[in-house]
Amino acid sequence: MTAQLAGTPLLEVRGLHTRYGRVEALGGVSLEVPAEHIVSVIGANGAGKTTLLNSVMGILTPAAGEVFYAGEPLRGVPPEARVARGITLVPERRELFASMTVADNLQLGAYTRRRGGWRSDLDGVYARFPRLAERRRQLAGTLSGGEQQMLAIGRALMARPRLLLLDEPSLGLAPLIVRDILRIVQGLREEGVTVLLVEQNARASLAISDEGYVLETGRVRLSGPAHELARDEALGASYLGGEGRAQGA
Amino acid sequence: MDIFDPAIFPVLAADGLTNGAVYALLALALVLVFAVTRVVFIPQGELVVFGTLTLAALQLGRVPGTLWLLLGLLALAAVLEAATQVRRGQAGRGLLTLAGAAGVGGVVWALTTWAAPLGWPLWAQALLTLALVTPLGPLLYRTVYQPLRDATVLVLLIASVALHLALTGLALVFFGPEGSRTPPFAPGTQTLGQVTLSNQSLLVILLSAGLMLGLFFFFGRTMAGKALRATAVNRLGARLVGISPASAGLLTFTLAALIGAVGGMMIGPSVALNYDSGFLIGLKGFIGAIIGGLVSYPLAAAGALLVGLIESFASFSLSAWKEVIVFTLILPVLLWRSLTTRHVPEDEE
Repeated sequence: MTAQLAGTPLLEVRGLHTRYGRVEALGGVSLEVPAEHIVSVIGANGAGKTTLLNSVMGILTPAAGEVFYAGEPLRGVPPEARVARGITLVPERRELFASMTVADNLQLGAYTRRRGGWRSDLDGVYARFPRLAERRRQLAGTLSGGEQQMLAIGRALMARPRLLLLDEPSLGLAPLIVRDILRIVQGLREEGVTVLLVEQNARASLAISDEGYVLETGRVRLSGPAHELARDEALGASYLGGEGRAQGA
Repeated sequence: MDIFDPAIFPVLAADGLTNGAVYALLALALVLVFAVTRVVFIPQGELVVFGTLTLAALQLGRVPGTLWLLLGLLALAAVLEAATQVRRGQAGRGLLTLAGAAGVGGVVWALTTWAAPLGWPLWAQALLTLALVTPLGPLLYRTVYQPLRDATVLVLLIASVALHLALTGLALVFFGPEGSRTPPFAPGTQTLGQVTLSNQSLLVILLSAGLMLGLFFFFGRTMAGKALRATAVNRLGARLVGISPASAGLLTFTLAALIGAVGGMMIGPSVALNYDSGFLIGLKGFIGAIIGGLVSYPLAAAGALLVGLIESFASFSLSAWKEVIVFTLILPVLLWRSLTTRHVPEDEE
């Protein structure tokens, strides 16, 4: 199991079962995300990675098990209230406001922060993603895939999350943009943001992570420090080679 | 005489624009409610009727039945809310909700029963009418639509039909079968060249334009307005930035009820309304909304203005066919829309 750290982890998932009708997508997943760490969850398409993040966010209601955030159970807390508590999800499909401008999308990211201060954060996001600053008056739906991913991350950062959940940020993007985005995620940890990263691109995500979990058909098959997982031979065969990186929908 | 007679045309046009302005406001409310909550809000017209008839009852020095509807819905909403809070293990908060609702209800009851017989000036009674009708919107959302918020558009539509019938019946109980008018806010006329316009018509047109500008500013500039647009564009995305669908629904229905109440008081001096007039009025706004495909605000407003104008000219030359002509208008619009719009199955949203 993972190296146990002093104090409670920021996120703890305990025995999580999530079903779609009769199909069990998660069959008792447990994991821990210590504060200010990057933890990646890798696995093939259909292993339950997105289901895991959606269950942590509260979009899906688990059939059994519990999610603890900063030591408190999240059962019954709707997603919008989890955002207010400091958990933000960048979903796989990005879920941007396509017919609204880039600036409006970013401003809405700060919706839960009633006390203002979002304008300086907006400048911070523009500094991080200069492409977004160039396109601030453009409609989100007209951006390229990479720009949309930047906007989705930027919108999430506007909420000033303590815990950022990233679902396949590299999906469908050119390798150069993937490198940029992962570098930015790495930078977030230095600023005190904790990241739970879900990726099919195992090699790239383990390279920036502290710990890793391998998910297989809804169960944790393997876990440990990211650099050890990256050298694991059995894992290398199935996930770090060509086959495991097959791109899905 | 034909409608293009210079003595008649401007009168009909002004009449059409006045009613059209009110239909346009209703069309905007319908588009907004549908976009944010997926509810086809058929009872929008009933809120107009409640606006007119509440003001008419106050004019007669009577306590409007709207008060009882408001108190009943408030009690129901408070019980629902408190039950939810108790189920979440917040019994203290549930009690606070009940006590708060009882307090607010008591104040509204005392104020209305005290003020009704006093014969307040028209503007003060209009404000009281707004205070009685506007809260019906969020209360109806909380009691009827919020428990159904994951239902399909069809189920929500059926709930709307039921609510429309219930409100029509309640209006009959509260206000009786006879029609009522309300006095104009601005009596007198203005003469511009050969055209004579009533001040009330001018006021209606100006007020509608003002309200539309206000809505434009609200949706374009404020965080709350942008949050409603965001909910309309992408419901899941909105939840992910922390916008609760329930609070978006409450705000939307508040705006819809406010628009209904204002519309009722604006249209009251020119048309006698009775308990079941709401459906036809709402339907005319709805045709405007359909012209805008239930998504475009400017097209919906323009469509509703067109409905008002056609209705006015039709009622002069072919008054028996007035409604037929107006509602036949929807056929070419539906045909045109079904040919030009790509059909999106609901489960793909």
